[in-house]
Formats: sequence, C-alpha cells, structure tokens
Amino acid sequence: MILYACALGLCLTAALVALLPARAVTVAAEVITALAGVVAAVAGARATLGHGWSAWLPDLLPLGGLRLALDPLGGLFTAITGAVTVCAAIHGIGSGAARATRAVIPLFVAALLLVPAADSVSTFLFGWELMAMTSLLLVAAEHRDRPSVGKAALWYAVMTHLGLVTIMCGLCYLAAGATGDGFDQLRAAELSPAARDVIFLATLAGFAAKAGIVPLHVWLPRAYPAAPGHVSPLMSGAMVNMGVYGVVRVGLDLLRGGPVWWWWIVLALGALSALYGVLHAAMATDLKRLLGYSSTENMGLVLIGVGAAGFFAADGAGPLAALALTAALLHVVNHAAFKTLLFQAAGSVQRATGTRDLDALGGLRTRMPYTTALFAVGALCASALPPGNGFVSEWLLLQSLIHALPASGVAGAVTMPLAVGAIALTAGLAVATFVKAFGVGFLARPRSPAAERAAESPRTAICGTALAAAACLLLALDPALVLPALTAAVTRVIPVGRPVTGEVTLRLSAITGSISPVLIALALAGAVAAVLSLVRAVATRRVRRPARLWDCGAGPVSARMEYTATSFAEPLQRVFVDALQPESAIDVTVVKESAYLVQRVRFRARVPDRVERLLYEPVLAAAVRLGSQARRLADGSVHRYLSYGFYALTGVLIVLAVIS
Amino acid sequence: MVLQVLVVAAGAPLLAGLMRQVRARLEGRAGAGVRQPWRDLRKLARKERIAPHGTGYLFRAAPPLLAGTTLVVAAAVPLVTAASPLDGVADLFAVAALLALGSVALALGGLDTGTAFGGMGASREMTVLALVEPTILLAVFALSIRVGTTDLGAIVTETASSPLSVISPVSLLAAVALAVVTIAESGRIPVDNPSTHLELTMIHEAMILEYAGPDLALIEWASAMRLTVMLGLFTGLFAPAGIATAGAGPIMLLVAVVAFALKVALLGGVLAAGEVFMAKLRLFRVPELLAGSFLMALLAVAASFFLA
Repeated sequence: MILYACALGLCLTAALVALLPARAVTVAAEVITALAGVVAAVAGARATLGHGWSAWLPDLLPLGGLRLALDPLGGLFTAITGAVTVCAAIHGIGSGAARATRAVIPLFVAALLLVPAADSVSTFLFGWELMAMTSLLLVAAEHRDRPSVGKAALWYAVMTHLGLVTIMCGLCYLAAGATGDGFDQLRAAELSPAARDVIFLATLAGFAAKAGIVPLHVWLPRAYPAAPGHVSPLMSGAMVNMGVYGVVRVGLDLLRGGPVWWWWIVLALGALSALYGVLHAAMATDLKRLLGYSSTENMGLVLIGVGAAGFFAADGAGPLAALALTAALLHVVNHAAFKTLLFQAAGSVQRATGTRDLDALGGLRTRMPYTTALFAVGALCASALPPGNGFVSEWLLLQSLIHALPASGVAGAVTMPLAVGAIALTAGLAVATFVKAFGVGFLARPRSPAAERAAESPRTAICGTALAAAACLLLALDPALVLPALTAAVTRVIPVGRPVTGEVTLRLSAITGSISPVLIALALAGAVAAVLSLVRAVATRRVRRPARLWDCGAGPVSARMEYTATSFAEPLQRVFVDALQPESAIDVTVVKESAYLVQRVRFRARVPDRVERLLYEPVLAAAVRLGSQARRLADGSVHRYLSYGFYALTGVLIVLAVIS
Repeated sequence: MVLQVLVVAAGAPLLAGLMRQVRARLEGRAGAGVRQPWRDLRKLARKERIAPHGTGYLFRAAPPLLAGTTLVVAAAVPLVTAASPLDGVADLFAVAALLALGSVALALGGLDTGTAFGGMGASREMTVLALVEPTILLAVFALSIRVGTTDLGAIVTETASSPLSVISPVSLLAAVALAVVTIAESGRIPVDNPSTHLELTMIHEAMILEYAGPDLALIEWASAMRLTVMLGLFTGLFAPAGIATAGAGPIMLLVAVVAFALKVALLGGVLAAGEVFMAKLRLFRVPELLAGSFLMALLAVAASFFLA
C-alpha cells in the first residue's frame, strides 16, 4: 500500500516538476515518471503474490469517498502499467515534447494506476474519466502541427465518452440494486436475471470501446498515429488493457459469471475483432496505423480467451475455464511487452525520418541498426512464431479451445472449431503483416530521400526500447516467471487449482499437453550452429565476392523497382476482396492533340474501413442533417427567442398543473 | 533421434532425385538419375560465395535459419521412432509454427535484396502461408480429438496400436486437408512449380533468385528436407506401420528406417506422377483450393464430434 501511494505521489511530483520553467528539470520529470513506474510494478507484483490491501479515504472525494483495494487481478494490471511506464518514460527522455504534454503524461499514468485499484463504483468511474481526459489531452497535443490530429482527437473524445456513459449506466444500475457502491457490496447484490443482462451488456459495450473491439474500434487507428511518439506505447500497452480488466472484473467477478450466451457474445466479438483487425493491419501502409489495427487484433484474441473462460465456467468446466483465462491474461502481458517495443521503435523511425509511410521507408537496416534489430524482436513476438512470446500465449489459448469438445455440448462443437479457425487465420495473417512491416520498412533500399537521411535515435530511446525487448525475450523464454501472478489473478475469479505448472516445460494440469519454449529456442540455436559449422567444413571458399543484383540486364536496380508495402499486400487484398472492398481510381489525362498520347496517369488506391462506412457515416450524416434543419429554428430574431421562452414556460406550467 | 535426423538429411536429396526421375520417365525423358541432387549440392558447395549489392545480414542469415528450423522439425516429428527427446517440448502446433518460421526467414531474405523478384516471391509466399495456417491447425485439432492431446508421439503411438482407427470419416477428411496443405507448403504443383522461372508463376524460386553457391545449396537441401519431413509426417499420422516405439532395439530401428524410406518414396513417387498430369493453378485460384481444404478440416472436426 505504501508502495502504491509512493507511485501515485511520484506521478504527481513528476507532473509538477514538468511544469517548472527550468531547462534541467525536463529530464527530471521523465526520470521521476520512470521511478513511479518501477514502484508501481513492484506494488502490483506484491499484490499478485498475496500482499493485497484495501483503504478507504472518505474525505478525498465527494459521495462515497476514495475506496481503493489491490487484489491479485488488479495487481497484475497495475504491474503491467508500471512496466510499460518505465519503458515509455525512458524512451521519452529528450524527445522534445511540449511542457504541457510532459506534465499530462504522469497524470495519465496515475489514472491508469487508479483504475485497477478502484474498489467502489464512484472511485472506478473517477479513475476511468481521469484516464479518458488525460489521454484525450495527449492525443490532441500536436493538433497545431498536423491538421489530422484534431479530427482524431474528436473521434477519440466521442467514442471514449460514449463508452463512459454506458459503463456509468451499467455500474450505477448495479449499485442501485446493492446496499452500497463498494465492490464487496456489489458482489453480494441480489438482482433479477434481466437486470444482470442489461448491466453486463452496457458495461461490455463501454469496455469494448476502450479495448478497441470491432465495431467500436474506429478511434484506435486514428488516435495512435496522432499521439506523440512516447504516448502511443502507453495507450497501446497499458490503456487498452483496461477494457479487458473491466470485462473480467464486472463479468466474472462482480456479477460472478453469467449465462452462456453472454460469453458467446464476447467470443464472437473477439473473433470478429481479431480477423478484422489483422486484415486491416495487413493492408495498412502507415506503420502506426498498422500497429493500431494489430492492437484490435490482439485484444480480439484476448477476448476470445475471456469469452471461452466464461463459457467453460458457465458450463461447469472449471479447470478449462482457468486455462483459457490464464492464456488470455498471459496474452495481455505479452501484448503489452511487444506492442510497447514496436510503438517505441515506430516512434524512433518517425523521429528519424519524419514519415510513417512504409511505402517511403526502407533501408533503415544500415542507418538505424539498433532500432532495426529491436523492431525485429518485436515483429517476431507479434507474429506468434517460436521463439517469440506471442507463440506461448496463443499456444495456451489453442490448447484450451481444442480440449473443449468433450466437455461442452453441440454449442461447443460448433463454436470452438470456428474459434480455432479464426485464431489460425489471424496468426497466419499476422505473420504476413509483420513480415511486411519489417521487411519493407527496414530492409532493402530506402524508398525516399527522408529514409535515406535517417540516423540512429538517441541512446535513451534505444535504452527504453531495449528494455521492452528484454521483457519480450524473458517472457518468450521463461513464461513460468509470470505464472504465479497469473495463477493468483485467475484463481481470484475462477477458484480452481493451478491450470499451468512447470518451470522449463509448461505442463497443463487439466489436459495432456506440454511445451518448452526455452528448449525449442535452444534446439533452434543448436541446429543453426550445426548448419553453420557444416557449411564451414564443406564450403572451402570463405570470402564473399560482391556482385550485381539480377537486373534483367537493364542497368542497376533502383529503389523504384522495389516491392512496396502496397504491392506486398496486393495478393492478400485480392483474396479478401469481398471483405475489404478496396477502392481505386485511375485518372488518365491525354494530350490535347490526340486521344492516344497520354500526358499523365494518376492512380489512387485506398482500403476504407467498412465498419466506419456502413455504421458510422450514416449516423454522422443524419446528425449533420438534423443539425442543419435545427438551425432554421434559430434565425437570429430576438422576438422569436423570447417567444420560445414564453411558450416553454407555459408548457411546463401546464404539464405541472396536469400532473399535480 | 540422431539416426532420424541423419536419415532425413541424407535421404532428402535422394527423394528429390527420385521424384524428378519419376517425372522424367513418365514424360519420356531419360532423367538425370536419383543421385543428381547430391551432385548438384556438391557442385554448389564448392562455388564461391556471393554478396549481392545492398543486401545485409538477414540475406545471409536466412539459409542457415531455414535449414536449422527444418532440422529441429526433423528431430521433433516421429518419422522413424515415436520416442523423441523433443517429445513434450514441441507438439504439432510448434512444428507447424517452426515450419512457418523457416518460410518467414526466406521471405525476409528475399525482401532484403530489394529487387522486384524478391519482393514478389516473399509477398506470394506469405499469402499462401497465411491461408494454409487455418487448415493445418484445424487438421491438428481433428487428429488430436481421438487421442486427447496434440502431442505427436502420443498421436502416432495411438494410431500404430490400432491401425484400423484411421479408416474413419474424421481421419479421411483430415488426411485430404493435410495432403493439400502439404503440397502447398512444400511448393509443389498445383500451388507452385519448383522448376519454373517465369515471373508470372514462380513463388519459391523468386525469393531465392539472388542466392548462389553454398547459400543456394543450403536452401535446396533444406527444401528437400522439408518435403521429406512433411511426407514423413503425413505417413506417420495416417500409416504409422513399422515405426519404432520407445525402447526398440537396433533391428527394430533398422526395420523402421526401411519402412520410412519405402513409405516416403512411394508417396513421393505418387506425388510426382500426379504432377505430370496436372497443370499449375493460377496464383489467384490457389485460395479456392486452400479454402476447400479448410472446409474439409472443419468437417473433420465437426464429424469427430457428431460421430463420436
């Protein structure tokens, strides 16, 4: 508890220090934030290991006061937030962000720490709104420099506040049925099934919006590119997790599970988000947009795990439920690690080249060697291939799903194979996505002068990114390290024994299955070493002769002949043409004298977000129409306004008279 | 296990030679002989190494990585013996992921050259890979239901103890699905043609266009091993007769090696004979084929539930 309070205190100190005018303190704010992250990570880890606490500060907030408690589940998310904060703060040292941005970041971190520790509805909503407001300020920070930022911030503001409204309605309805607004009282509440359904669906909508789940994801690919470089890791690594936390906390803890159909909805939303997110990530050419859609994909995978856990729990298959939830939470941890790494590397690339467009990048391998190597680690982890950390959690998730068949009835027989298929297609497309991001963005030859002038980022940025990479590798080789914390968090909501055991080899306790990530990595290293020594023994001529690339005999190969991100994704775009419905336009300008001589050809291609087009644009258009029609009511005449007032007052009086 | 890796490493080029020979004979040519791939490898290994302009360490790291992943898979999969020290370390999911890792290494090597061919090959390879993945995992799902685990040794031992259990709708559907996937992953007709160098059609060959000498030898060797391992895995899953179990003596191991060689040679011969009568599919028709195999795998899983 003291540690947690220290972390919050350090955040506030950092915010105050950042506001001081002196030049020397700009580094101090980041250092203090990083310290706060370390302390928060330790506090969260201690809570998962059984040192939970609770506190009530009745005078700090109106209504119910500030009610805090850190149990293993909250502790896990606090620890993740702390770890991400450390990396992001170190990466941000010397980034040259504006003073206001520097001051808001620690407040944002404080809000992120407050949400998983909240123990009453009012505290939770306070933390949630603080998180929404501070992140909104950060998204909008660079609105003067780039016009697209303002629009992104508007989308974000609307979506996050709609989410807040539904969460508030759901939780207040729940509190109204209980004896108070503390979480302990909510757990004891006796509610009708219909009320529970309404509460779950309302909060699910709000939490899904925060986690970037389709169809509420529209803010996400806009807000990430808009946010300053070292803010997007915080948003993607720490903030979207809060959506998952909310679903687990409310659905599995406060409401103590529910009917099977709740979890079907969660599962279906997860599968839809995973597929939709990865498909758009595979098409994206903006590096940060790609990573944003990839967040949607990974949160979808997590929700598949959470949905499966609820499904099994409702079915009475406790051990399977615990396994599925462990897989989901492990994926949250892994996603936080590799997404922090990837966003930091992307931020470094943007700072070095001034562009995020993969079609204009390339050749960074020689210009930014450290960032390239670190991004490669992140890409390996994100594409769920061994020896990356994403592989371990997806393996656990698949194991929990494929062993569901004997346990669950016809419903499971239909749902689980489809879920496995969705995860598998997601994994395959994620591989293609990250081969594109890394291969086109960092390898080969620079495709623009901006990429050609790139220089390696400052040492602090590399340090922050390397820290995240070290976390990724540690999680990949020794996932057993976080197992005690995950088990404690899972048993908090699904009280059965340890679902996964083992140190070097992970063994599943309910079903037969085991895997050893570290031994796979060692075998791989041994095999590569064996191959290399074989080649050394057989191939006698060691020196490599420089040679020309195959250019069909038509002169040196230029950067214009390279495959770009768009052309790399073209076959996939053709395969999924029905799902994506890409748009392209060709304008041919001919010479005035003859229709056969072409002066200029312009080609534009775009893959629009279909959910946005089908779901949001009609609503927006209707709202604009309504607004312009409503303008006719206000034509500027004072007499008219006075008469409005008069009629309204009369109307109210008449209504009151009738009622009484 | 060491024996198994050695058999695969030595036998893979022979399998490639056998398949070429079968094709040549069926097409009315004399053929170069079964041992020709080994001669090619020897020749390539003695040549000078090349560092094409503008390529970096990934270009150089890709061939050893591909060969390394293939060796690990060859050690983990029950081909000759069902008792592997990697049992419990890597299951069917891990094997599928390791094979994908090899493809990714090669695709990055292709992209690293910065030529149109490299990018084209990488892009097509990744498209096929993304579409193959669901079928593999669902087929694994279907096969694991009977045994209750995805552990390869357990599946093969179970099938070996009751060979007739293979003749069930579940296994047959899964077999068809896996067969299509095997062909797609190992780059054979009708998905890819290993002997084409036409830019409209090539996938694998486009990625490795810039490789020469020992690097090319490594890739050719690894590709042959991948084909062998996949055919061996296929026979192991559906016809594990003769496979040695834990604690088998040297004679049993010898029998197992001969049985493995015969089965894989037979399957390779059938595949090569089939290729003679088939044309390569257009690249954009390949997804339809893979979608069909995905449906088979899905039916296999559904059947295993409703028929059980």
